[in-house]
This record gives sequence, structure tokens and C-alpha cells, in this order.
Amino acid sequence: MITVENLTKRYGPHPAVDDVSFQCEPGTVTGFLGPNGAGKSTTMRMICGLTAPTAGRATVSGHQYRDLPNPGREVGVLLDASAQHAGRTGREALTLSAYTMGLDRREVAAKLDLVGLNAVAAKRRVRAYSLGMRQRLGLAHALLGDPRVLILDEPANGLDPEGIFWMRGLLRDFADRGGTVLLSSHLLREVEAVADRLVVIGGGRIVAQGDKNELLAGGGTVVRARDGAALRRALEVADLSAADSSEGLLVQADAEAVGQAAADAGVALAELRPASGGGLEQLFLTLTAGESTKEAVR
Amino acid sequence: MTTTTAPAAGAVAPRHHTPVRRPSLLRLSTVEVRKLVDTRAGRWLLITIGLVTAAIVTLQLIYAKDAEQTFPNFFVPSLLPVSVLLPVLGILSITSEWSQRTALTTYALVPRRERVIAAKLIAVMLTALASVLASLVVAAAGTLVASATGGAGTWQFDWSLLLNAVVIQVTSVLMGAAFGLLLLNPPLAIVGYLLLPTLWGVLGEMVKPLRGPSEWLDTSKTMEPLFSSDAVTGEQWGRVAVSLLVWMVLPLAAGLFRTLRREVS
Repeated sequence: MITVENLTKRYGPHPAVDDVSFQCEPGTVTGFLGPNGAGKSTTMRMICGLTAPTAGRATVSGHQYRDLPNPGREVGVLLDASAQHAGRTGREALTLSAYTMGLDRREVAAKLDLVGLNAVAAKRRVRAYSLGMRQRLGLAHALLGDPRVLILDEPANGLDPEGIFWMRGLLRDFADRGGTVLLSSHLLREVEAVADRLVVIGGGRIVAQGDKNELLAGGGTVVRARDGAALRRALEVADLSAADSSEGLLVQADAEAVGQAAADAGVALAELRPASGGGLEQLFLTLTAGESTKEAVR
Repeated sequence: MTTTTAPAAGAVAPRHHTPVRRPSLLRLSTVEVRKLVDTRAGRWLLITIGLVTAAIVTLQLIYAKDAEQTFPNFFVPSLLPVSVLLPVLGILSITSEWSQRTALTTYALVPRRERVIAAKLIAVMLTALASVLASLVVAAAGTLVASATGGAGTWQFDWSLLLNAVVIQVTSVLMGAAFGLLLLNPPLAIVGYLLLPTLWGVLGEMVKPLRGPSEWLDTSKTMEPLFSSDAVTGEQWGRVAVSLLVWMVLPLAAGLFRTLRREVS
């Protein structure tokens, strides 16, 4: 369980994170979406007590992070896969943390095995790791203390498609067993495939949040008829706004309302479905349009 | 690296474990000692300290007059080069967390940063004590060789020298750590540590009104009596204390303040 209440971080006059509130429930994967520089990482660092918020607070399992007696046993954190000492081996990096948390050494081997880093890779220095291997090591590190909560910043970065598929399964499995996952990404497909809930942030502010399916339903309905003009009239009569798209007419209403409107006017439909393909992408682009460019010139 | 492993059922199941205790300071200190030796840079720094100690004693066996080949004469000269290298260890112990960005992991696991810093200070002080032990062992070996090869080989040793040695090495490693905490950047801290006291020493020599204060504030001057076999007077200890207040305690306090508040990213 992660609770974020009115978190704000200002650097000078510029708010990097502005009054952000959301909750991550046990048993769910929350996708934290936003363009680069939107404030995702800053929010996550504030949750983990690494950055002091200007205002607001965050708790993990009911405690402020700083007050968790042994945080690694409660929350698995992966904020930056490259933040490992280049001169240590993967196994040594995990061993140090395992000892800090008071874990059995066997956990190190078990977690290396779990993320698919074999004995040869574990003995190599992190300097020689690819980004994908660093992400796997970072995941092993986050899972090391068998936590109930996972906070992962762009964990899919650098993973190959097979690795992304594997990680999706791992996170889904973790949540289905009662774990809480907060996962940030700008890879929309990645989040769409695994998340139950979405929190979309742009320019430091939350621009949308809620159940993934509900947010996607906001994408509208695609409808097509052989007699396009008649369909258009039928929608007008029903007071539904429609716009042209490559696939047909895109209507801001659910499929039932659109189907009823067509039936009332006696128009035969060729196609009627929710606008799912790339729906989240459209949502994401609309919601954060302009924000990323504003960030870029900061 | 394309191998993948399907997660074994239950392998990542969040466990509902009994309340966990926070890691003890002993545990954290052990981790910090391990961090000093588990990288090539750290290991070689420690090996260099050992080699320098051995080299000094060897040189004396070859070049010192037979009558001067005594235990204290092997022991004391080995302290100076080590007291130059130890601060670098202190600096790296603190600053490598920031330069290698491991602070992100370290402070996520132990959000009470003052506990990590305490553990680091304990770890480097233990290393300083170990270096004194190494100096004693190497000096003893030198004395044995000297008595076998016609040197004096006498063991007469004033125990106050041991106290002086401990003070020298522990304070030098802490001064390094203090500069590391304050500047949080390896090259900056090393240059700052080496340059500032030297600059102060040079100024003290050149600028007449500064000569008085520099007797109390220049660590190379105030620590000098600790390297001699003569007893250190109360006033000399006073000067050591005042100079350490400026070059060790103040940067330590300011550095602690800065590190506790700094954003980790």
C-alpha cells in the first residue's frame, strides 16, 4: 500500500512536482505514466525518502519511508539500474544489501537465478553489464528482501522484448499474490499490458488517474456503416459528436449508445467497437501534449 | 544476455513476515568495512599502505646506521606516509557513494543517513587502527632482522609513542572523511584536503601576522611533536586539539549537516 498526499517539490520557483496525490492498493499494479521530465522520478524519490518534499507526504504500508525499521524487507526499490558501483560484481552488490537487511546469503543466489543472471554474469563486474543486465540486477535487488511493495522507475528500459514479457509476468504474479506495484514508464505499451490502474503525470501535475479500462473507455467508440452519411445523421439526431478517423467514425460515447442511435435511425452497421488500438497512446499524447516541450526548455 | 527464466511459482510472492528489526550499527559498520575492500581501488589503497610501511623499514635496514636500527626508529617513520594515504581512504569511503551513485541504494536501505555515516566513520577508524598494528608488526620484523644482521635491534619502546601513533592515524583518516562529507566529490575532496592545510602553512610562513595563529592551526606543525620520541607537553596537546577542531570537527559537523539534507538522485 502506497499513499501519496499532496506531494509538492519546488526547485526555486519552478514546481517539479505539484500537488500530486494517489494511492496504490495491494493486489494491483499501478502504471505511473508521463513524458520525460514530468516529475515521475522526483515523486518516486520523495516516496522513498531520498528527496525531501516541499509540501505533502507519502507513506508506504502506513509509515513514512524514513520510519520503516528495515525498509528493504517492506519495499523493493529500483530507481536507477545504473546506480551501482562499476567495480563491484553483481553478486557482491547484492551480498552487501542482503547483509545490511539481515538476510540469509542463499537469497542472493536465489534472486540472481530468478532474474536470469547466471553464475558467469554474477561474477562479472557491473562495469561490463549491458543496460538489460543492470535492470535484471536491479530487479533482483528490489526483490531481495521479499518485500510487499515494489517501486520501480522505468524497469523495462534496456530489456529486450523477451525480457519485457518476462518482467510483465513477474510483476503480474507479484500483484496477484497481494503485492503492491508502482511502475513508472514512458513505454505506453508496457504499462497498458500489465497495469490495473493508471496515474498520468505531465508538467508535475496529475492529469488523469483511475482504472485502466475506464480511462481507455474514454477513448470512444469506432463505428462504420456502408451508408456513412446516414450514420452521421443518425448520430446527430442522437446528439453524439463524431469525428472522422482512418478506421471509421470515432464517437465520444460507449458502444451501446452508438448502436442504439444507429438502430433508431435504421442504419445497418458494418463495424462497432471500442477505440482500443492505441487508445492509451492517444490519451497519453492528448493529456501531456505541450508539457514535454515545456520541460525540454526548462 | 538473452536467457530468461520463467518465475517459479511463489518465488516472488510477497511474504507476510514478522516485524523486522532495524540493522544494528555493528552490522552497518561491517558492511562499510567490506565496501572498503571489495573494489579494486579500495583493495589497492590498503595494499599500498602496507607496502609503503614495509618499504620504509627495508630502506632503514639498508641505509640507517647500525646503532639507530631500533624498534622505535623503525616504527615512527612508517607513520608519516601512511598518515598521508589514510585520508584518501576516508575521502573515498564517503564520496564514492556519490560518484558511483550507490547512495541511491544505500540510503534507500538505511534512510537514517546519520547511521550510515556513523558506520563509515567507525569503519575507517578501524582501518586506521589496523594500520598502526601493521606498522608495529613490520617494525618488529625489522628489529628482528636488524639484530640478526648486526644492527642494534633493541626493543626499548615508550608506550606514549603508541598513543601518539593512534592519534595521528585516527585523526588523519577522520580529517579525510570530514572533507569527503563536506565536499561529496572525490577529486574535489582530495585536492581540498591536500591543498588547504598546505596553503595555510605557506601563508603562515609568508605573512607575519599569521605566524602566531598558524602555530595553533597548521596541522603539519601542531602534529609534529607526536612524531618525536620526546614527551608531548600539555600545550602541544592543546595545539593539536585546536587545529583538529578547525580541520576535523568543523568540517565533520558541516559535512554531516550537508549530507543529511542532500537530495539523493
